[in-house]
Amino acid sequence: MARAVTPRRKALNTLIAWAIGLMIFFPILWTILTSFKSEAQAINDPPLFLFFDWTIENYGVVQDRSDYMRYLWNSVIIAGGSTLLGVVVAVPAAWSMAFVPSKRTKDILLWMLSTKMLPAVGVLYPIYLLFIELGLLDTRTGLVIVLMLINLPIIVWMLYTYFKEIPVDILEAARMDGATLRGEILHVLMPMAVPGIASTILLSLILAWNEAFWTLNLTAAKAGPLTAFIASYSSPEGLFFAKLSAASTMAIAPILILGWFSQKQLVRGLTFGAVK
Amino acid sequence: MATRHSRSAARIMMAPAVILLLGWMLVPLTMTLWFSFRKFLPLRGGDLGWAGFENYVRFVSSSSFWPSVQATLMIVGGVLVVTVILGVLLALLLDQPMWGQGMVRVLVIAPFFVMPTVSALVWKNMFMDPVNGVLAHLWKFFGATPVEWLSQASLQSIILIVSWQWLPFATLILLTAVQSLDREQLEAAEMDGAPSLKRFWFIILPHLSRAITVVILIQTIFLLSIFAEIFVTTQGSFGTKTLTYLIFQRVLESQNVGLGSAGGIYAIILANIVALFLMRIVGRSLDA
Repeated sequence: MARAVTPRRKALNTLIAWAIGLMIFFPILWTILTSFKSEAQAINDPPLFLFFDWTIENYGVVQDRSDYMRYLWNSVIIAGGSTLLGVVVAVPAAWSMAFVPSKRTKDILLWMLSTKMLPAVGVLYPIYLLFIELGLLDTRTGLVIVLMLINLPIIVWMLYTYFKEIPVDILEAARMDGATLRGEILHVLMPMAVPGIASTILLSLILAWNEAFWTLNLTAAKAGPLTAFIASYSSPEGLFFAKLSAASTMAIAPILILGWFSQKQLVRGLTFGAVK
Repeated sequence: MATRHSRSAARIMMAPAVILLLGWMLVPLTMTLWFSFRKFLPLRGGDLGWAGFENYVRFVSSSSFWPSVQATLMIVGGVLVVTVILGVLLALLLDQPMWGQGMVRVLVIAPFFVMPTVSALVWKNMFMDPVNGVLAHLWKFFGATPVEWLSQASLQSIILIVSWQWLPFATLILLTAVQSLDREQLEAAEMDGAPSLKRFWFIILPHLSRAITVVILIQTIFLLSIFAEIFVTTQGSFGTKTLTYLIFQRVLESQNVGLGSAGGIYAIILANIVALFLMRIVGRSLDA
């Protein structure tokens, strides 16, 4: 809702907001800029902002030296796999809770949420041990399973709040018009449910991509995703600012773009419907 | 329309999710509980038998326990204060009419999508490095001596990094709440001559109280278990060893599983106390 304000006031708002916005964004901007500098210019004193010799050499070096593509691929498989699996498990559950609620639906929902509150470090060793026993340590399969489980409560919740908004009356109307059960689901419910499912997938991808407890503790060289790839730069290698920046930029770019599309759904997904 | 048939169908549809989560909760939890009562040193003899409550006593009486509780409270408390206060101010600002509102919002939200290892490393090296960091240049520009952030002001540095990551979350949720404010009430108050500070205190803040509570509770749960930010910056030195990090060290670094598991049980209890409050609020919104 637009409110009437004087142009001067609006200009002032704009100025302050942009200044603060750019300040908050600055670390990301600086990382992106530094990734295009040479190592010498990256630590130039005073720092160079825009006027340096732009180069993409760092990106090549990072790829050659640390096999970036393998980590990227691991991230894609782990985030994508856990999301896909999670949605497959969660859609029927959320669906039935939204459309055939029982007395226990609320308790089940809250209980699911409570599993999310379990601090990961409290169960670190058991999971570690189970992973060794089952041969899952440092495998993508293992991480797909764990990340699916930690995000499942959020996926169920988010889908539930979306499904809940689908009017049930419309089903009865369709039935009156002679729709079969299959037609009902395919032509009436699915089109209404797809946007909710899509935003849930988006949020789950973001959370899985950035997860940095299990991915750091349960992987080594083989199945490590980008979180682990970046953590390996915490050794003295991190002192090469330009290369660190290039690696960082490559690690965050895909999810930064996805994230911007999903900012509205973020609130719903992360507050479990408590703030809409 | 809920016939018995659709009820049992519903139960079958729910089963996979419920069974998976039940297993995910019970199996590791039972194991942690079991280990916490054992003397269990995988690299030095393995399971050496029943230990009673010894691990629990030793965990809290070790010299690193209280400092870790203190560090945890400082970090969680510090980040909460910073993000809630700045979040409220930012939400109010972003709600004002301006040019390029959507773009500013994108800029403000961006840090939330940066993976923790990246933000920790970027801050550590490119901003907090005492020689080449941006902050060091800034300090020198104003004629001050650059600070060795992660050793001299380690807790503040971690709070800064984590606040930067979580400010977008707080802002976004508070902005959603601000936008549902009753404009007419606010305008009426303005016409009655209520100064803006009073309007903020008596109308806006009470309206935001629920969103603020939700922000505090959800962030607390996530902040109690921050890991990567410490793992790649200080590794728990300089007084930044949180409870989570201490347990991690006991379990995986010194491989004292019994002791670490007892610590894990403490952490679980702590998290559950916070969770209880959150669940109440969420539960209420389910009824509405």
